[in-house]
Amino acid sequence: MTETSSLPTTARAVVIGAGIVGNSLVGQLAQLGWTDLVLLDKGPLPNPGGSTGHASNFIFPVDHSKEMTQLTLDSVRQYREAGVFTESGGIEVARTPERMQELQRRMSSAKAWGIDDVSIVTPAEVKELVPFVDESVIVGGFYTKSVGIVDSLRFGTIMRERAQEQGALSVFANTEVLGIDVEHGRVSGIRTSRGDIATELVVVCCGVWSPKIARMAGATIPLTPAVHQMIDVGPVPHFKDTKGTIEFPIVRDMDTNMYERQDGSGLEIGSYAHRPILHEPEEIPSNEEAALSPTEFPFTERDFQQQMEDALELIPDVLNDESVGIKYAINGLLSLTPDGLPLLGETPEVKGLWSAAAVWVKEGPGVGRALAEWMTNGESEIDLQSSDIARFYECQRSKEHVKARAAEGFNKTYGIVHPAEQWDSNRRVRLSPFFSREQELGAVFFEAAAWERPQWYESNAPLLEEYGDRINRREAEWESRWWSPIINAEHLAMRDRAAIFDLTAFCIFDVVGPAALETVQQVSMRQMDVANGKVVYTPVLSPSGTFKSDLTVMRLGEQQFRVVTGGAHGMADLKWYADHAPADGSAQITDLTSAWTTLGLWGPRARDILASLTPDDVSHEGFPFGTCRTVEIDSLRVLASRISYVGELGWELYVPMEQGAKLWDLVWEAGEPHGVVPAGIGVYGTTGRLEKCYRAFGFELDADYNVVEAGMAWGKVKTPDFVGKAAHVEHRESEPAAVLCTLTVDDHTSADGTKRFMLGREPVLSKEGKPLVDAHGRRSYVTSAGAGPSIGKHILLSYLPPEHAVVGEELRVEFLGEHYPVTVACNDSTPVFDPENARVKA
Amino acid sequence: MKRVPITGGKMVLTPDEQAIETKHLGFTISPHEECGVEEAVRIVESQGGEVVVLTLGPPEAEEQLRECMALGADRAIHLVSGEEWDAQATASALVDAIRGEEPFDLIVLGNESADAGNYQVGIRVAYALGLPVVTGLKGLTVADGRARCEQEVATGRDVYDVALPAVITVKEGLNLPRYPSVPAKLRANRKPVDARPVERPAPKLEKLRLVVPEGSRKQAEILGEGAAAAPRVVEVMQQLGVA
Repeated sequence: MTETSSLPTTARAVVIGAGIVGNSLVGQLAQLGWTDLVLLDKGPLPNPGGSTGHASNFIFPVDHSKEMTQLTLDSVRQYREAGVFTESGGIEVARTPERMQELQRRMSSAKAWGIDDVSIVTPAEVKELVPFVDESVIVGGFYTKSVGIVDSLRFGTIMRERAQEQGALSVFANTEVLGIDVEHGRVSGIRTSRGDIATELVVVCCGVWSPKIARMAGATIPLTPAVHQMIDVGPVPHFKDTKGTIEFPIVRDMDTNMYERQDGSGLEIGSYAHRPILHEPEEIPSNEEAALSPTEFPFTERDFQQQMEDALELIPDVLNDESVGIKYAINGLLSLTPDGLPLLGETPEVKGLWSAAAVWVKEGPGVGRALAEWMTNGESEIDLQSSDIARFYECQRSKEHVKARAAEGFNKTYGIVHPAEQWDSNRRVRLSPFFSREQELGAVFFEAAAWERPQWYESNAPLLEEYGDRINRREAEWESRWWSPIINAEHLAMRDRAAIFDLTAFCIFDVVGPAALETVQQVSMRQMDVANGKVVYTPVLSPSGTFKSDLTVMRLGEQQFRVVTGGAHGMADLKWYADHAPADGSAQITDLTSAWTTLGLWGPRARDILASLTPDDVSHEGFPFGTCRTVEIDSLRVLASRISYVGELGWELYVPMEQGAKLWDLVWEAGEPHGVVPAGIGVYGTTGRLEKCYRAFGFELDADYNVVEAGMAWGKVKTPDFVGKAAHVEHRESEPAAVLCTLTVDDHTSADGTKRFMLGREPVLSKEGKPLVDAHGRRSYVTSAGAGPSIGKHILLSYLPPEHAVVGEELRVEFLGEHYPVTVACNDSTPVFDPENARVKA
Repeated sequence: MKRVPITGGKMVLTPDEQAIETKHLGFTISPHEECGVEEAVRIVESQGGEVVVLTLGPPEAEEQLRECMALGADRAIHLVSGEEWDAQATASALVDAIRGEEPFDLIVLGNESADAGNYQVGIRVAYALGLPVVTGLKGLTVADGRARCEQEVATGRDVYDVALPAVITVKEGLNLPRYPSVPAKLRANRKPVDARPVERPAPKLEKLRLVVPEGSRKQAEILGEGAAAAPRVVEVMQQLGVA
């Protein structure tokens, strides 16, 4: 279709970038009824010169991330419908036993996310599927039948033209964006080489150029262009008689970070093995200056030497042939982010400026649909919480941080990444006031929202002897990685005596002003119109009644509410509250995360310790559960909040950041006679939490499940309106399709006699070993897993179809290719430890 | 052989107009010389012998020497200098290196480099060595100690028959150079490169500035799109006398 000749002066939305994402998005928006859309690209169509144009275009659906798998599956569905998908099959091959274990994990993820056409294959079976592979260098493979290749440019054209045919979209190629106008924090227009457009919505789908475009509006899109090397060789005599583009399954040589795919008579070899080669968006040449396309940089052969050796080893039949030449070689640019996930949603800095960046061909159409839904309905069917661009703290948006993490993450593209794996680069950015004390105690620090946070303390090693047999030792290396039995010892010491926790990574913000109550009411499921000094734990719902977050709110005054939420999702929560505050400024939201520190004190001796520190009444009657107030500890005025995430009597103690060290010292000294221990997040986030069956956002709580299914629909629905209310009421009135249950593992013994311990995200199966699927097609999987040292059992949480959600029901969990017997211990939120909650309310 | 920038996009000069802006550009073997290497390799493949590739260039020119060896050259001599040399100085340095390789049968050069395009080095080398030179070849046959050299001219081909040893300069189109295979690339990495630092003599030519010549402006004309374009296409074909 030809482009419209003159630029409109106004548009409902302007989408910048006609790659896979921009095209998908305009097609989806038009389908949802949007009109007056404009799509711009500075390059020509159909290939404007971005990363889509040189993409390898193959799709392996299985990923350990549920979100990425769902986006990929939706994309495959769309590609298939458009007739641009060719199924080829694909095999991830292993050269080492460690990789075979990882491929078993892939099997588990496939089963958990509902992909069934997968199997573990022997070297001989790999050879049968891909005859040109030398099977002697591999030990096995993971075969996915539904792997395929797509024509991403054609798909983009189809989507774009569909929107044009509906009369919803005008398209302007060869049109450069010169500026984005922002008034009062909102997008008001866009300036281009063809003229200006007044619009309140701009979507940046500019791939590697996105940071540069966002900066025009004063926003950040934290990604870096990075090189992915690929070469094409041919003509391959072996492929002489093949028909079409692809006949042989695509091979991913995981241990060398490479892939090989047949492409007609040629073979493409790609690599993620080379040194990280990062660029700046400003370094990318214009379409005119580029020898190939702007995102096809000159090949740096020195970075590809080992890769040629590795490829030759795996596929000598093709590559040892002297007539098969290297015909094309590029350093192709793609986008990398600090955590490896896309950057989607409205930017937190500028209203109306949306990002759809760092998206690859495999998830492009799914992202287009999800983002269009989000822009239309305020949420998407596929939960985009991990990809939400609002997730970053200021320090995580810096160029140096982005580059450090992108460089570190690049070589993990095909890596074996442990679920608890920690980043090495750019650490020690956010240090709590307790940091030096923690270091002295041998804290092992994990990163949380850029904070250094103790996971456990080596100084607690003597507790291992104290608790002896009550502590499970892990025999297998995989589960022992990023873990210590000390966590379980700290847990038991907390249950026996008391423990202090560094909770500085909490995200804290205040909602204040005449409309503060209205704002928090609107966003929170539970009643916020409570007495001053009340602390309320509440789910935060999406419009469709699923989980947007869960958090606690303290009412500190008539017009002041303090929201405390998990660090990881804190910034997105803050944006959600801010988005629901009245436009007239009658409720102000202030981020206090870096202003306040939190020390947790829990355990049966917590009251004795606190009482010894303060003249204020901390008795159960004087300071009931679910309340907060200021108490004086020595010279400090401390906001104490009596709640618990570990199932013990105790308090969260808040002081201004600079007074934290003094608070620590005071509590520590007062705690010593009571046997207080420092305890890490291994206890707070896993063992203590799971014994109480407390749900966690991003694990049990996400947009796939509702409050009733999560077993959290306690009490009555409040009268005032709130986001998701109508849906929530409906959920209460219907039978849940799944029930969140607590399971315990009956036997950990694997085939070789080693005791194995699930880590989470494993598929839950029937006694016969069949996947459990609920009425909505959702598979049962382990949402959280961890030790329950006080009950002496390994605890798993999982949503089960109602017919299996029966206490005593015997099921199986698949872990690394083997099945283990498990039993349903609870089918509601009743904790497996201290079911009466006597300790919390002591 | 000379290391030159890969062109294809719009040519941009550095702000001081002293060099081509290469920050977006890769580097390659000057195309005439790629054909020269291919030709030499073919002769050796059929008749035996050894191909030695010689360059004067910066340390990075080793990449292009390796490319030549991936095409089949046996070893390389690298006269290492990061500076820009004029044609006279270049020829003189090459000749010094060539003298160390005597006896040889054939010196093959590109007719002119893809970047500087001085058209001088081959002739100067031949003169200094006292050897016959034939330039601008599009065809070459070596047999029985003689070379049959073909130049493309407006009316057909001029053919020269010279005794070896001789110097020839060749042009792109002489042959279709092979794409190196993966094993050839790996072999090239193990072949020897004799790197010798060289001092540039005082230049006798002064470069004032570079200018990007105006290209032939419009190279493609869009006649229309879809079926509507058909009449114009027919018209153009008729003008060209093909319809």
